[in-house]
Amino acid sequence: MGHHLVLRVICKLLVPLILLFALYVQFHGDFGPGGGFQAGVLFGAGFILYGIVFGLGHFRSVVSPALLRTVAACGLLLYLLVGVAGMLLGGNYLDYSVLRENPASGQHLGIFLVELGVGLTVSGVMISLFYAFADRRFRE
Amino acid sequence: MGLFNYWVAVILIMTGLYVVVSHANLVKKVLGLNIFQAAVFMLYISAGKLAGGTAPILDDRFTQYSNPLPHVLILTAIVVGVATTALALALIIRIHLAYGTVEEDEIDDKDREPS
Amino acid sequence: MLLLFIVVVAIAIAVLRNLFAAVMLFGIFSFLAAAVFVSLDAVDVAFTEAAVGAGIATILMLATLARVGGHERGVHGHGLFPLAIAFFTGLALIHATSDFPLVGDPSAPAHGHVAPRYLKESGSEIGIPNVVTSVLASYRGYDTLGEVTVIFAAGVGVLCLLGAAGAGARREDKKKE
Repeated sequence: MGHHLVLRVICKLLVPLILLFALYVQFHGDFGPGGGFQAGVLFGAGFILYGIVFGLGHFRSVVSPALLRTVAACGLLLYLLVGVAGMLLGGNYLDYSVLRENPASGQHLGIFLVELGVGLTVSGVMISLFYAFADRRFRE
Repeated sequence: MGLFNYWVAVILIMTGLYVVVSHANLVKKVLGLNIFQAAVFMLYISAGKLAGGTAPILDDRFTQYSNPLPHVLILTAIVVGVATTALALALIIRIHLAYGTVEEDEIDDKDREPS
Repeated sequence: MLLLFIVVVAIAIAVLRNLFAAVMLFGIFSFLAAAVFVSLDAVDVAFTEAAVGAGIATILMLATLARVGGHERGVHGHGLFPLAIAFFTGLALIHATSDFPLVGDPSAPAHGHVAPRYLKESGSEIGIPNVVTSVLASYRGYDTLGEVTVIFAAGVGVLCLLGAAGAGARREDKKKE
């Protein structure tokens, strides 16, 4: 524990800031650079930093691989369901203008949900990739 | 700036191609492919730049914006690129488990041995 | 200046035989590419390239090197034939770029057709300032759907190849019983 102490303390200070910044980038992507992909990767990077510094045992108790697979699938499902909702309300597939009375606010809602779906899938997949590469117990 | 951006992109593409063709180590080949990829992105983004324009975020202070379409295309390409790189690296790890090496000629020799 | 740095770093990656050093240089290469994108007004692309290239790709390559070993044996033979191929193809491509419009030329074909329409109509039709997000999520929403599917498929593929962390543990626990 001794020679990793600096890393662990700094990691504990940084990870909440990284996750907060990822949330900011996700929802502020309409007004500045950002959006689903960048936020998903940042979110994943925060967790990967925690996993690298504290080891896979701790990491598994914080975030389980099954949860990540579910989150990634739910993100894609959300994107597809937004498209289907557009069809059910009378427009084409992935037509956001019919989601609300006003076409412009319909577009806002559609883009918000779609970017959320993208962010969920990207973050789930990135952390799953890290798990798959870092777990040394897989032997044929 | 002239055409300098395009020449630099071509030089990087050729560097990536040289690494892929001539090096035997599979991980080095993946590195070469990523260099190739980043150079192609530079080619596209240079094509989208407008002299005197700014980042395509609508604001009252600016009238001229750089072309947003290449940005969208390259954004998609970057993330798809890392997905393919991850798959390639996973395949390399499995090859190493199966053959014990990641040098291309050693793998060829092992394949040609009568088992 | 940035472009010269990038070329030097790329040549260094090609020449180095210690793969850990090459992967670290690749992280630097990604950061320099992100800086070039910012200088070309592509802020979203720079953000993504820095996060993905210098973050995720470098981590995954380091994890791979930790399993397969970090030194390479070198090129096949002398590598002169591939170098000649690369050189002559590069000359042909540079000759081809002489037909391109100059960087930043407003009359380039890339700036006609659809792009001015998106820039003009995005404010009133969609109403969010970031045009790249509005094109990505609304005007070209199908492409983004395909992209998310590709990322998901790649994640599934890697989990199949390398074993989900949970599955490996359960298999080992069963063997011990």
